[in-house]
Amino acid sequence: MALLTLSDVTVRFGSRARQRTALDAVDLSVAEHEIVCVLGPSGSGKSTLLRVVAGLRHPDGGRVLLDGADQSGVPAHRRGVGLMFQDHQLFPQRDVAGNVAFGLRMRGAGREERAARVTELLDLVGLPGAGPRAVAALSGGEQQRVALARALAPSPRLLMLDEPLGQLDRGLRERLVVELRGLFGRLGTTVLAVTHDQGEAFALADRVVVMRDGRIAQSGTPLEVWQRPATAFVARFLGFDNVVPATVRGTTADTVWGPVPVPDGSPQGERTLLIRPAGVRVGASAQGLACTVGARTFRSGRVAVLLRQDGSGDAPPLEAECGLRDAPDEGRAVGVTFDAAEVVVLDAREDGGGFRAAPAAAKQSS
Amino acid sequence: MAVPLAFFAVFFAYPVAAIVGRGLKTGEGWQFGRITAVLSRPDILGVLWFTTWQALVSTALTLLVALPGAYVFARFDFPGKGVLRALVTVPFVLPTVVVGTAFLALLGRGGLLDELWGVRLDTTVWAILLAHVFFNYAVVVRTVGGLWSQLDPRQEEAARVLGAGRLAAWRRVTLPALAPAVAAAALMVFLFTFTSFGVVQILGGPAFSTLEVEIYRQTAQIFDLPTAAVLTLVQFAAVGAILAVHAWTVRRRESALRLVDPALTAARPRGAGQWALLGGVLVSVLLLVLLPLGVLVARSLDGPGGYGFGFYRALGSVEASGGTFLVPPLEAVGNSLRYALAATAIALVVGGLAAAALTRRAGRLVRGFDALLMLPLGVSAVTVGFGFLITLDKPPLDLRASWILVPLAQALVGVPFVVRTMLPVLRAVDGRLREAAAVLGASPARVWREVDLPLVSRALLVAAGFAFAVSLGEFGATVFIARPDRPTLPVAVARLLGRPGELNYGQAMALSTTLMVVCAVSLLLLERIRTDRSGEF
Repeated sequence: MALLTLSDVTVRFGSRARQRTALDAVDLSVAEHEIVCVLGPSGSGKSTLLRVVAGLRHPDGGRVLLDGADQSGVPAHRRGVGLMFQDHQLFPQRDVAGNVAFGLRMRGAGREERAARVTELLDLVGLPGAGPRAVAALSGGEQQRVALARALAPSPRLLMLDEPLGQLDRGLRERLVVELRGLFGRLGTTVLAVTHDQGEAFALADRVVVMRDGRIAQSGTPLEVWQRPATAFVARFLGFDNVVPATVRGTTADTVWGPVPVPDGSPQGERTLLIRPAGVRVGASAQGLACTVGARTFRSGRVAVLLRQDGSGDAPPLEAECGLRDAPDEGRAVGVTFDAAEVVVLDAREDGGGFRAAPAAAKQSS
Repeated sequence: MAVPLAFFAVFFAYPVAAIVGRGLKTGEGWQFGRITAVLSRPDILGVLWFTTWQALVSTALTLLVALPGAYVFARFDFPGKGVLRALVTVPFVLPTVVVGTAFLALLGRGGLLDELWGVRLDTTVWAILLAHVFFNYAVVVRTVGGLWSQLDPRQEEAARVLGAGRLAAWRRVTLPALAPAVAAAALMVFLFTFTSFGVVQILGGPAFSTLEVEIYRQTAQIFDLPTAAVLTLVQFAAVGAILAVHAWTVRRRESALRLVDPALTAARPRGAGQWALLGGVLVSVLLLVLLPLGVLVARSLDGPGGYGFGFYRALGSVEASGGTFLVPPLEAVGNSLRYALAATAIALVVGGLAAAALTRRAGRLVRGFDALLMLPLGVSAVTVGFGFLITLDKPPLDLRASWILVPLAQALVGVPFVVRTMLPVLRAVDGRLREAAAVLGASPARVWREVDLPLVSRALLVAAGFAFAVSLGEFGATVFIARPDRPTLPVAVARLLGRPGELNYGQAMALSTTLMVVCAVSLLLLERIRTDRSGEF
């Protein structure tokens, strides 16, 4: 049985006149020892989801079950879950040890038990001996570790993380996310995390849940989601820009970029097509789709090349991925062919109009 | 919100309304014609005119003297800065009676200037103006200097890099950021000087009278209640208008300014100009703030038989006062402390509840409530005191014989200080900190004890100190309701000053010094526990 089950949970904000739905009939379950990461742009309802599970926000509809028990009448302090806040929310008037021991004190643990557990946890998060330090004197990364130790100290049955690494700089974030996954694996902690950073989500999670406007857009293992985004929104959120409407017939799709080969057994008819940049082959100008190289951006060893289709001003730019050496110069005329293995036919045309520009937030984090 | 509202309704709105009603209502109903009748009397117009212009001039003078001080305290580091900042705050919580007495000792008949150069200012308006500057110096230094010390100097540097001269950068960057704070401080000073009572009562003589003094005269000496009621209404309207403008400037001040740690913006003065500025400010503080206090202490020790504690000893007996008192004046110290403690407790409960209510809710109604809490600062204390006498004398509220009457009146003035001190701190407590504690297993009561209380406890102490100091010095209302056998310190001082003779004068000085020391000690203790966000005072 799942440790956490949300069934049909709905949360609305605002007055009757200007109501906004933060969570729209969400169904979600987290199995014991599973690490589930909810991924979505800001305003997609992720944080609200955690607040509902923690008991800080009462749902307007639906139920939250922990270990099969309905939590509707249970206040936050009796739910036995841990929540690590986005900006940590360490208690400023207490030192590090006082913060870590807080949950244990609330459960009535004795002085010796608390001291032992604080030492154990500070060792675990890599801050041995930091107990007497003031929280104001900690760096961002250290605060994050203390917040984690504080949330873990009472051994919550479910640990929730709200943008756990959001405020840290990139290098630290990438290191910590690996550490966290190792730590949760060793402790067997059940984790429900939310983040807007897909890199963080995919590195941390056993299962990724992509949210949009209060609804779950896709749920699956990182590999599944990465390989087969369910919708154009998910594809764009993952940083893919080559997403266009297409008519699929057999193994060929008719698109604004001309005919594109698709894998065998792809769904037929009016669809949305995703062409991964790796599947866009840039060759000599004589063959394939005639394009001109627009901008180039460099991404750790690879070059993303933006191509403009010649003679078709309103076709969206096509993104191709090249090696450092064979990336064509700006302004060069090239010919483009497609690799069917890197083309995905998405299930439905769920957001027909949104083909102009990918959301800025999604692009930044790719 | 219910408790503060009930408190204000019963102990503020009801007495004031009763006084106004008694003055303006006869058997034939409301006599609104009296308002125009009173307001067309030349003597009343004279009082109105004097009240307004002396308040304007006092405010301008205070800004002129205190703004350099605000700059120096904000941006310079020098030895003894902390102590000096506490010292300049002492006058603000000093009872007005003591301020009046101190300036009498400096400028009055037989005062220091009289002895040295034969100059007497106590019958001129200068004495009042100087006393007002003395009194309100700290308001400007605290309000403006507090913000100034947190303004990011890099803003000005950015303007300099963009080609603005030193003066232009200050005028275009710093001044606009400071302007709302300056306006707020100026309005507070204007409010305090507009409603000035003790200072004018002692220094003004028969020639000068503010609205508040005139209300007292009409009520207690001429027994012309209709005129007093009209004047109360006029003052009420004026104070309401001032507070409305003040609330507006405060809201503007809360607009997004980038604030930094004050410790980062202060530096040791560099160059002759900065040293001269620091020197000038120190001299002005010395002359304006420390000298009057020093003279007061000196006079209290300067008896007929040379320096000594003769006047202080005389305070201990009934006979020495020549029938002015029913009890030894020194007993007033005990009375004052007891009353002030009770008043502080009431003010903390009422003000604390009000601040908590204001933190949890938002909206126009709350803002109105916020302004309402400030009203007792400006509404005639004399009216409140007299209103207490005529309204709280019959069941179920027959408090005339009860000692609680005095603390209740004093708490009214303490509440605004408590609210002003607590509100910024309570508002600064992040709601998610409470949630973090709840998720870790703390029940709501436990959350309050573990999260809120430790964070606001310092502010609570500061608020208590302020409430204690203003209760101790409250004069306008207390003078009406304190019983003859239980005078408070300010009342005893005023009574001694009202009697001729050197002994009475010396005793007044001695008693004022005692009061000053009690106030100063409580304030210096406060300075040690001052929070970073301690409101506008």
